[in-house]
Amino acid sequence: MSAARLDVDALLGDPEVRTIVCCGSGGVGKTTTAAALGVRAAEMGRGAVVITVDPARRLAQSLGLTELDNTPRPVPLPGAEGSGGSLHAMMLDMKRTFDEIVEAHADPERAREILANPFYQSMSSSFSGTQEYMAMEKLGQLRESGEWDLIVVDTPPSRSALDFLDAPKRLGRFLDGRLIRILAAPARTGAFRLLGAGVGAVTGIISKVVGAQALKDVQSFISSFDAVFGGFQERAERTYRLLQAPGTAFLVVAVPEPDALREADYFMERLAADRMPLAGVVLNRTHRPEADGPPAEEALAASRELEEGGEHPLAAAALLLHARAARLRDREAELRGRLTAAHPRIPVAEVPARAEDVYDIGALREVGEALGEAGPDGVPG
Amino acid sequence: MSQRDPDPSGGVRLHVVTGKGGTGKTTAAAALALALAADGGRVLLVEVEGRQGIAELFGRPPLPYEERKVAEARGGGEVFALAVDAEAALLEYLELFYGMRRAGQVLTRFGAVDFATTIAPGVRDVLLTGKAVEAVRRRRGGRRPLGPAADEPHVYRAVVVDAPPTGRIAQFLNVNAEVAGLARIGPVRTQADKVMDTIRSARTAVHFVTLLEEMPAQETADGVAEIVRAGMNPGRLIVNMVREPLFPPEVLAGAERGEVDVEALTQGLKAAQVDRPSETADGLAREVAAHARRVRAEATVRARLDGLGLPMLDLPYLGEGIDTAALYRLADRLAEQGVDR
Repeated sequence: MSAARLDVDALLGDPEVRTIVCCGSGGVGKTTTAAALGVRAAEMGRGAVVITVDPARRLAQSLGLTELDNTPRPVPLPGAEGSGGSLHAMMLDMKRTFDEIVEAHADPERAREILANPFYQSMSSSFSGTQEYMAMEKLGQLRESGEWDLIVVDTPPSRSALDFLDAPKRLGRFLDGRLIRILAAPARTGAFRLLGAGVGAVTGIISKVVGAQALKDVQSFISSFDAVFGGFQERAERTYRLLQAPGTAFLVVAVPEPDALREADYFMERLAADRMPLAGVVLNRTHRPEADGPPAEEALAASRELEEGGEHPLAAAALLLHARAARLRDREAELRGRLTAAHPRIPVAEVPARAEDVYDIGALREVGEALGEAGPDGVPG
Repeated sequence: MSQRDPDPSGGVRLHVVTGKGGTGKTTAAAALALALAADGGRVLLVEVEGRQGIAELFGRPPLPYEERKVAEARGGGEVFALAVDAEAALLEYLELFYGMRRAGQVLTRFGAVDFATTIAPGVRDVLLTGKAVEAVRRRRGGRRPLGPAADEPHVYRAVVVDAPPTGRIAQFLNVNAEVAGLARIGPVRTQADKVMDTIRSARTAVHFVTLLEEMPAQETADGVAEIVRAGMNPGRLIVNMVREPLFPPEVLAGAERGEVDVEALTQGLKAAQVDRPSETADGLAREVAAHARRVRAEATVRARLDGLGLPMLDLPYLGEGIDTAALYRLADRLAEQGVDR
């Protein structure tokens, strides 16, 4: 059974496609894929920007990114000047993005209060989910600015697969939740009486556990933030809807290993449940033996025979090497078969493993070519 | 064995295992737990990210928030496992330290547990690391801090934490700094300080799992530097999925330059009655050349890892899919390299 091939070039070349979101578990080459898509799109004549979160240092350097500065920087693409396209890249600074939202939604005095609040300061830099949320927020901003023809987003390596979908809601649930109302309500008001017994107990316990000062910080944060919150929630909703809209394409990135494919499977289910448009799966680092050669078992048997004879050590070792490669290919084919069986309609693009890591534009271009070649007229399976 | 203690992990009781995603961190942590439990020890293997990777590895149903025996180690040792859940840890903590048995229900009803475990910065990590530290300190004869006498033996010989990936490890362990903004004084701060005392002490080591590849090695180097900056002790580099050399160095050196003795290969293939020997030999020669380049790249990465100055442990590549039998083999390899007790 063979899955449809994902036509990456058609996706990148489609002017209707304005946003590509790469998601997947950690260590599967998400950032590399996002960057390679950006390079290829630019070479196809599109004005592309890649938003990355915490890229490997050398990859960042190859894109000319030296600091988290939240500003798209042009990436020179030697040899592609005639394409009419361009590539920019930026690294997400989540705290600054958060600060900017606060500044945009609160009057200057209130914004100053919020930014100076110790609770806000730790929340904006370490709340689990802030990074995910801010990546989506930044995406929304870039989309609205209208400056970009194509935005490629590399999602953060979340502990739970789709935190970036959940984070806005979670933040909303928290800021809109009962607890926050209780904490924010001045003591002895009607709100307290309505909520009934237990409220005093809650604030009592919280104060006992985190300390009275912390509780006060939280309370003053909430009362200042309340005014900002409406706009905040609205933006979160808008970004979420933007992700569902035509013009967005999700790519699930994986490698042919059981754990990564299990995660990929979960991503696909989750995207479907949230009605997010999934364009396909990018399967990175697949292996094919360089040579057709004999099948794994045959090569292994031949290698053993030569090993025992002792006269042809080179051939014995080369056959063993080939047997391993063939076995790996068989294993990957089996794993891929399972993925295809579970999601028969989802197209897949394969990118073969490389001998060296990817950290310059030339290598990104090659990965982009491999992605493009994985299309309908590409390499035979 | 040498007279002096060659094992720099001597005295370490909290082993924190981190690594870039995809390096086999959970597998290495499980093998380490098995090795440390050998000869009658009891070791707790702790999972903090809710992935249920440990249960999967030992072929068991998902772990509850409860310390459960998952494996016997060689020589009668035992490995227990625990999937720490921040919510359950918070409720347990409240009951243990404040005797607030019913408080948990009230807090849950008002969303405060959700608040403390997902929103409040750092609290989640204090709870997770706090639980591991509690298990390290726990002595026989009761769990209350003031319960057992200090001369009672520890319940666990060692605690191994399957920790968050390298990129987040320093932040995860540095709970003190994390809650500093939230709670400058108060019980959470006191708890964080206590946790930090153990984490910064010589009883805790942070081990890094890496592959012989550029990016995991770079993350390892960055992670080690961060851990040192945060005042914690890096332990060992665990180099995972190491492949045995197949070819002698001179063959590899030639192959890197594209010089493989195709004639000798063809003769060998003929002797083994492989179909189309000369075409197959050409293909195999290309494979050998690619392999030689990879071996060279691995050697470069190993030299860089070596430069970090930490003791290295090698774990062999055991093919696809790690099962329980494979874990014992990995544990044996760790023991051979001096990891015990």
